[in-house]
Amino acid sequence: MFLFGPIDVLNDLLLKTGLSEDWIKFFVWPLIQIGLVVTLVALWVAYATYLERKISAFMQARLGPMRVGPWGLLQPIADGLKLLTKEDFIPENADRWIFFFAPYIAVASAFIVFSVIPFGPDWAVIADVNIGLLLVLAVSSVGVLALILAGWSSNSKYALLGGLRSSAQMVSYEVAMGLSLIGALMFARTLSMSGIVAAQGSDSIWYIVYQPAGFLLFLISGIAENNRAPFDLPEAESELVAGFHTEYSGMRWSLFFMAEYAAMVVVAAVATTVYLGGWYFPFVNRLQTSGHHNLYVVVSLLVFLVKASIILYIYFWLRWTLPRFRYDQLMDIGWKWLIPSALINIVLSAFAIFVVQALNGWRGITTIDTLDRGLNMTKSGKGIMIAFGIVGVFITAALLARINWRSRDFNLKVQRRNIKLVNVPKGKPAVQAES
Amino acid sequence: MHQVEIATTQETLLDSPEMVLNMGPQHPSTHGVLRVVLKLDGETVIDLDCDIGYLHRGMEKIAENRMYTQIAPYWDRLDYIAAVSNGLVWVETVEQMMGLPVPPRAHYLRTILTELNRIASHLLWLATHALDIGAVTVLLWALREREEILKIFERQFGARLTCHAWRVGGMPNDAYDDFNKDVRQFVNNFPKRLDEYETVLSENRIWLSRTVGIGVISAEDAIAIGLSGPALRGSGVPWDVRKSRPYAAYADMDFDIPLGENGDTYDRYLVRLEEMRQSRRIIDQALENLPDGPVNAKLPKVVKPPVGDYYHTIEAPKGEIGCYIVSDGTAHPWRVRVRPPSFINLQALRQMCIGHLVADVVAIIGTLDIVLGEIDR
Repeated sequence: MFLFGPIDVLNDLLLKTGLSEDWIKFFVWPLIQIGLVVTLVALWVAYATYLERKISAFMQARLGPMRVGPWGLLQPIADGLKLLTKEDFIPENADRWIFFFAPYIAVASAFIVFSVIPFGPDWAVIADVNIGLLLVLAVSSVGVLALILAGWSSNSKYALLGGLRSSAQMVSYEVAMGLSLIGALMFARTLSMSGIVAAQGSDSIWYIVYQPAGFLLFLISGIAENNRAPFDLPEAESELVAGFHTEYSGMRWSLFFMAEYAAMVVVAAVATTVYLGGWYFPFVNRLQTSGHHNLYVVVSLLVFLVKASIILYIYFWLRWTLPRFRYDQLMDIGWKWLIPSALINIVLSAFAIFVVQALNGWRGITTIDTLDRGLNMTKSGKGIMIAFGIVGVFITAALLARINWRSRDFNLKVQRRNIKLVNVPKGKPAVQAES
Repeated sequence: MHQVEIATTQETLLDSPEMVLNMGPQHPSTHGVLRVVLKLDGETVIDLDCDIGYLHRGMEKIAENRMYTQIAPYWDRLDYIAAVSNGLVWVETVEQMMGLPVPPRAHYLRTILTELNRIASHLLWLATHALDIGAVTVLLWALREREEILKIFERQFGARLTCHAWRVGGMPNDAYDDFNKDVRQFVNNFPKRLDEYETVLSENRIWLSRTVGIGVISAEDAIAIGLSGPALRGSGVPWDVRKSRPYAAYADMDFDIPLGENGDTYDRYLVRLEEMRQSRRIIDQALENLPDGPVNAKLPKVVKPPVGDYYHTIEAPKGEIGCYIVSDGTAHPWRVRVRPPSFINLQALRQMCIGHLVADVVAIIGTLDIVLGEIDR
């Protein structure tokens, strides 16, 4: 208690200013929370860029930023300062107002999502909306508007192509992303983000175990949704120079950059919440029972950050390993692979839940514990469900192969040929060596 | 060259489904200052036109006002990635005009160093080609290996990129003391590193889907256009100047020519990777049999080839580089003409690109392995 006493002290102080208790509870505290979250996320985003540069550097046999501060730790701050002092350039024929506002839409849509992300229990949640997950999907898809507007208003062909690509890409992958989450929602039986975490907590399992296919699908479509490599077509720098933000410079460009990283953090946070048990970690709640409530919240918050960072690391890892897809291949993957597999996943999950429910009470087997806080199962129920999850991955793969086996890209390994080595006879030398 | 028709009337994007996209000369992946005007339907290329000349320095004209021995450094600036090979074509042509006998040690050292240069050039191609397709990490790995070669060049020639490696009649100086050790070390380490690149790319699904069946050119078309080097061998034509008309010490070397089958980007990729392995084999042999002796022939005070013309080609990393010199008996050439492999390989771009997407144009420019210094001269 004494560790985080100041919170209660502050609460008392606020009460003494004459504000009503409701006013403080529903207005002042949320504002403080929002301030904290925005600061935290902005820092996280800044240091995500630093980490990305460091990790890519280690993968590429170099050191990465080393000059500003120890091990280059102050590099994000130096970058920010540099970008702030740069000229904010608007091309002559650009649509000034749209060009001006597009970056703000991008940043806002990325940051608003954090309002419903449960970073931890109790005061680490700003708002526990009962349609939280729906809000996440809805708001993050507003981000596509920013890219289209930026691409269109720049009055540049590269930006236009980037904007068109991104709109097509994000709209396609939005579908797969939404569908892949449904499997997990069947277990959680709620759309509230805190509710999903609580459901996993009371079932004492992470949904990645029930839904391995769903997790993979969500991660892939999330990467595509964020326009990250190998799906970074809208800003494919080797083709479209810089895609939709070709004409942007200075701080306005860095807003797009921040929005990209913030959107990555959002997907990592959602994946953590839905599939990796959110802020739950075994034995951490002992802190709660032993009376260290605020410490418990902070440790849970750290657990959440670590889990989300692991997913971010996967992002970096993929980006610096894989080549980039082509536009039509990207659409193929979205429509011919991800959406069918998401649908198959829904059917399989529903079937698994049906089987488990049907088995409950049959010949004395109990599989379901309670349905109050999500689907809570007994050990035998969990076993059946996990088996279904693992088998489901293979069934999904088999069905996908059946759907796509005629497509050109499917049998690439077969198409692969080896070159042949020939030793043609030598002709008359052009140069006679001195003998 | 084919011209793309660009409407001169005020045309908006909505009036026609076609869009003219100007790629370059300032574009991250046109490998220098190549300008490609693309006519697009959506993202599909319907037509394209190359605009070159942004790096024109009038090399061939400059050469008319320089003495024969002074021209070699200019030749380094043609294909600056493969300066050693370019220098070689100049000095060998002059030597043959004059009938100068070059000592065998010089021939062997030339073989080793041009093959090292071939590996360096192919590594840079691999780096940029992979970067164009989006695999960034390969770039830095390939440059790491290239650095080893450039270090050898620096110690041998005193420069890393534009080495001015050769002199008419031999070499400026003998190999430096640790030359054998350094080259041997590189030769021993290299295959391991090459396998690493293959792990990242060759079996990669994305890499395969980006390169298999892209930019196909048949053997007949390749010959008709006049392609040379890996671009020609990728289509399955067994032509290599090192074999068909051996220069330097290639007549004594035992090596194979890798041939592709379908003439697509993936075949050319495999061909170049295999060429690096073969180059390593050649270096290995040449180092083994490196003869002793002088590295310079006896030269007259002023190099004055007899009246007449002479054409000589060598197999540069990009293809067959040729040099045609007309001499009027004075200390300056009367006319010089270079057969630039990149320029001729670039002619295949239109045929390869039409029907593909914008992303493929970048991949195809990469697979042709052009250097604008050589195209524009």
